[in-house]
Amino acid sequence: MPRHLTLLRTAPLSAKLALALIAVYAVTALFAPWLAPFPESEIVGPKYLPWAAPHWLGTDALGRDVLSRLIHGARNTVGIALATTVLAFLLGAATGLLAATVGGWFDTIASRVVDVLMAIPSLIFALLILTITGTSVIALVLVIAVLDSTRVFRLSRAVAQGILTMDYIEVARMRGEGLGWIVRREVLPNAAAPLIAEFGLRFCFVFLFISALSFLGLGLQPPTADWGSMVRDSAKLISFANFSSWQAATFGLAPLLPAGAIAILTVAVNMVVDWVLHVSSGLRD
Amino acid sequence: MDRLLDIRDLRIEAHAADGWHEIVKGVDLTVARGEIVGLIGESGAGKSTLGLAAMGYVKAGLRIAGGSIRFDGQELVGAPESALRSLRGRRIAYVAQSSAAAFNPAWRLIDQHCEGPVKHGVMPRAQAQDEAVKLYREMRLPDPGQIGFRYPHQVSGGQLQRAMTAMAMACRPDLIIFDEPTTALDVTTQIEVLAAIRDAVRDHDTAAIYITHDLAVVAQMADRVKVLLKGSEVEEAPTREMLARPREDYTRSLWAVREFRPSPRGPIPDEKPILSVENVSASYGALQVLKDVSFSVPRGRTVAVVGESGSGKSTTARVIMGLLAPTRGGVVFEGQPLVAHSRQRPRDLQRRVQMIHQMADTALNPWHRVRDVIGRPLEFFLGLRGKAKEARIHELLAEIELEPAQFIGRLPGELSGGQKQRLCIARALAANPDFIICDEVTSALDQLVAEGILRLLDRLQRDKGLSYLFITHDLATVRSIADEVVVMQKGEVVEQGPKDRMFTPPHHPYTELLLSSVPEMDPDWLTRLLEQRRAGAAGGQAGADARGAAA
Repeated sequence: MPRHLTLLRTAPLSAKLALALIAVYAVTALFAPWLAPFPESEIVGPKYLPWAAPHWLGTDALGRDVLSRLIHGARNTVGIALATTVLAFLLGAATGLLAATVGGWFDTIASRVVDVLMAIPSLIFALLILTITGTSVIALVLVIAVLDSTRVFRLSRAVAQGILTMDYIEVARMRGEGLGWIVRREVLPNAAAPLIAEFGLRFCFVFLFISALSFLGLGLQPPTADWGSMVRDSAKLISFANFSSWQAATFGLAPLLPAGAIAILTVAVNMVVDWVLHVSSGLRD
Repeated sequence: MDRLLDIRDLRIEAHAADGWHEIVKGVDLTVARGEIVGLIGESGAGKSTLGLAAMGYVKAGLRIAGGSIRFDGQELVGAPESALRSLRGRRIAYVAQSSAAAFNPAWRLIDQHCEGPVKHGVMPRAQAQDEAVKLYREMRLPDPGQIGFRYPHQVSGGQLQRAMTAMAMACRPDLIIFDEPTTALDVTTQIEVLAAIRDAVRDHDTAAIYITHDLAVVAQMADRVKVLLKGSEVEEAPTREMLARPREDYTRSLWAVREFRPSPRGPIPDEKPILSVENVSASYGALQVLKDVSFSVPRGRTVAVVGESGSGKSTTARVIMGLLAPTRGGVVFEGQPLVAHSRQRPRDLQRRVQMIHQMADTALNPWHRVRDVIGRPLEFFLGLRGKAKEARIHELLAEIELEPAQFIGRLPGELSGGQKQRLCIARALAANPDFIICDEVTSALDQLVAEGILRLLDRLQRDKGLSYLFITHDLATVRSIADEVVVMQKGEVVEQGPKDRMFTPPHHPYTELLLSSVPEMDPDWLTRLLEQRRAGAAGGQAGADARGAAA
């Protein structure tokens, strides 16, 4: 562990800042019920209040506290996006690496299945499946994870094929190592860098995907707070924005709050990913 | 003397985590018009850096810290990029080690050839194309009128290297820098390339800097030789003088591998061979690569398999290791026929036959530390765990002459080329094998490092009674370590027998060709050899005669 600590100490400022931001998001998501001043979906005052105590970020169209909904939204949105991306990577990377290593019929079947899944536009496919299964959180996570894992499968399979031509794989095969060792110990560490980069990107795409589904009414269901649907709900306020006074201006800024929350997390995650990639490529030289 | 290039007290620094380090430490280098200067030294001596600096260029992460580089009276250090660009390719050209990597695979040879002269405004495209054909002919490329219209992957390695030299000469430069142009080629191909380069450079009175680590090659090419060691000059002298009377110990040590001899042999402990390859034929798909190959390896001895690339040497190794199933015949180990697929072999058999690869770089997983690399076979084959494993790793590291405490936690990226190859040897040794296949283990290494590896292998053979199958294209290595030699050509064994008999005439014609193609220290060797071959060919066929006259 001390090696990791020194690594952290020598990290560039951008990575440290990004890690701090991610930590703030994580704490917010974990302790949302204690941090939020008001309940998630309770009407606590008149609608469209300007930014003033006790509603520091005003209230929304139904009179719910925006700050509280943002804090609860962190838990819902980040939690679901993270669970989905992790699941997509477990599924996609495992099958992709296996397909490349085993080859033969397994590779052929897995690749064709992925081709078929990728041939259907993912939003439409997700809509179709979610209409059948209903829009529970679990169904949402599973469907998006499976759809996203096809991209991860493609990437990990291509990366692994390059690695499998190396002599050290031949050495392991000549030693009589099993499939598990070759995939986990020989291929995975060398495939990690592009997979981590993809993780950062995928994580952000999943956000947008969930928001799109919410917009169409098949994502997280109201009154659950999530950033994607909050953007949608308050998007129309922009056209009524009036910047003549501070009170009126806050009104127009409402849609920027959840959007900003998504944007900052996205940037932070990608900064960390960049740093991780830099460190891992440095080890290789 | 008219100085074309005059480098004075050049200092080049490289950037590392803890600041700038000097890697070229105040070197002087002068090249007169029409002169060929050889630069020799191990890798890391700064040869290539110095060669590139002659164009006013340093690689990313390097900087010129001091000194001056004057080319034809013009100072290149600190010169604006536009001035340098008008020199490069036009008046100074560069020939890289790997032409396969230096050519753009998406363009035809002649398109890449004409780009320089046209861009620099030396001549219009049509004329450049005519000139290219002329240069291809001078380079003795087959079918010079048409070869330019092929893509790089459609010509052989030796031809590509010659096409690259032709390209370097496209603008009639005053100076060409050759960076190890023949290192990646077989001996038989190397001769053709060397002869073509030498004649073309002399005919056009072009000056050249010839970078190599092979003294015998530099002896054929250079008028003057400079020896570099770790960024400093060791000595410089006219070629003949340096070959006859090297002043420094280091220069003498560069000969070392040629003098290495294995330890004296006792009687063979067991008459039965440890391994024999019996009538093996094998193919990759429809392409047959091995035809009826048979030979055997006596216990405790070294058998060298020699041949050019494509002769089936490495395929033979793959058949023995069970990575490729033969279409006919089989391999017998300790009197027992081996199963064709390594996966189906009992673990004890997998343990007893080990292989060391040519490129230690790709044979080591970049994410496995030294401890894991050696520890895995110990754990896998011998079931060692914990303290016993750790102790054995230390023993093995001591055996390959790497300080255990210092190296055990390192990644392959933190080792030098020679240390990586030693680590591969330790990994093979960890399995306690009886038989090791060494596939070109020294060909990617400098001569001094290679000699260290050969010494190590020899000592291990003596101490542990190991038997080696040594695959190589380097006859100097064969001469120093083999007991028996198998010569292969196009998938067939053309000759085999004890080393002493193989190195004394009469030879099979192919063996003769291989043997006579190994560069010798004598500076007149290439000239003499070419005359001999030309005379031989002239007697035989008129066509070869005409080609000789054209060249």
